Amino acid sequence: MSWFEKPAEAPVRVPTEAIWAVCPSCKAYIAKDVWRAADRVCPRCNHHDRLSCRERVALLSDAGSFKELNAGVSFNDPLKFTDASGAYADKAKATVAKTGVGESVLTGTAEIEKIGVVLGVMDFKFLGGSLGSGTGERILLAAEKAMEFKRPLIIVSASGGARMHEGIVSLMQMAKTCAAIARVKEAGLPYISILTDPTTGGVSASYAMVGDLNIAEPKALIGFAGRRVIEQTIKQKLPDDFQTAEYTLAHGFVDHIVPRKEMKSFLAKILRYAGF
Amino acid sequence: MAKQTKLSPWDIVQIARHAERPNITDYVRLLCDDFVELHGDRLFGDDRGLIGGFATIGGVKVVLIGHRKGRGIEENIEANFGMANPEGYRKAMRLMRLAEKYGLPVVSFVDTPGAYPGSEAEARGQAEAIAHNLEFMSTLKTPIVVVVCGEGGSGGALGIAVGDRVLMLQNAVYSVISPEGCASILWRDGTKAALAAETLKITADSLKSLGIIDAIVPEPAGGAHADPSATASAVKKAVLACIAELKRLSLEELVEQRYAKFSAMGRF
Repeated sequence: MSWFEKPAEAPVRVPTEAIWAVCPSCKAYIAKDVWRAADRVCPRCNHHDRLSCRERVALLSDAGSFKELNAGVSFNDPLKFTDASGAYADKAKATVAKTGVGESVLTGTAEIEKIGVVLGVMDFKFLGGSLGSGTGERILLAAEKAMEFKRPLIIVSASGGARMHEGIVSLMQMAKTCAAIARVKEAGLPYISILTDPTTGGVSASYAMVGDLNIAEPKALIGFAGRRVIEQTIKQKLPDDFQTAEYTLAHGFVDHIVPRKEMKSFLAKILRYAGF
Repeated sequence: MAKQTKLSPWDIVQIARHAERPNITDYVRLLCDDFVELHGDRLFGDDRGLIGGFATIGGVKVVLIGHRKGRGIEENIEANFGMANPEGYRKAMRLMRLAEKYGLPVVSFVDTPGAYPGSEAEARGQAEAIAHNLEFMSTLKTPIVVVVCGEGGSGGALGIAVGDRVLMLQNAVYSVISPEGCASILWRDGTKAALAAETLKITADSLKSLGIIDAIVPEPAGGAHADPSATASAVKKAVLACIAELKRLSLEELVEQRYAKFSAMGRF
């Protein structure tokens, strides 16, 4: 068999995934240890990749200070929802197993440069960070804990919006969380909202947008309606920077854009201004 | 009436969206002894898709707000088909503030496919406008009675629907997403809307058993559009009963009960 008749053999593959991470934005190959050391911020294009809730907690809080609250509050299936891809309950159970968190937000007490806070961090990997009833309940309980301990409340959002599988019950979580946030504010406690990629739909239209301060990560997608829906509505193509953190800041809805590396010290500084 | 119980959720969606279904203009005419429309959010403009003002219903002075669908194409274009912009939600908040200041109950009519998904709406902060209303309504020190009278479309509906009492017309719908939207996302097939409508549990009966609404206002046989006057009287009776009941509470009790009501939603 001559060489050109030889069946193509798979070339020897370097196990690239083991060594290299690919920036989802500029597609640059970045050594994994560099990628990790940079907390998944691309050194080339400054893309802030999505973090899991535990990675975010580690990034924002003093080592060992985080104590989870209400880990037992998990998803509910009030509609007994089943769609083309199966039962929601099965999907949610699998997600809990995969992510190791019971809902799309992880809540707990923590310290940020020794300032005690109540922290909630959403995880986009948990069903797109969608706002389920368990999510709303965890946030409400976190807000009530902040009032009990007289601590600032900080919520880091990462969510596509409401969780369709929980229907109207999901929608009501917008009202429920905002009611709890209103009480935190009435108690004179700071509520800081951090908007990360993405913060859209029902989460942007509830607790994520009503911080004393709204702080965003660079280039995070922030908006109410989806780009495709808007383009279909107005029958125009939208500019690339539409609904970015920078766009949102320019329109007056975000106080500050803070790079990931500086977020913790920025938060501590803000909390000290707030008297903590 | 017996016939209506056999309607599928998708049939009810069609009734809720019916072009002749009574809209807020009809309710103002049929329900109110007097109405003084108040315009503008004092920040940008006057939304024609969400209106409000002082109203007298059966001798009771209230602040009335509500989404506005038009009748016919021209009126609907002016009203943006009941899809409010941020200035609509901000106007609603301004009027609710007045209600609190003057000690008037708020009556809110919900009838929208959703908040307007336009680029200008985004630029002016659609998300922020709705979010602030949710927060603000949860602490408002005056009774709030909500009537979901047509389509309760997601956050755009909820933005004026945080009430002490939430009433729903028999053939109204209230949902986190339109059946069509849900079908195209979760079934990847827009024609599965009827199935999505059923699965999402968006009808008054379902929402009553889920504890989301407090009472169902019956509609005449054939739906609200078959007899707008009869519908309006039923709405009037239900709204006035709620107001009378809520007025017996102190403002502190009222706000406390509202918080308890919404914080219990989705707690299983």
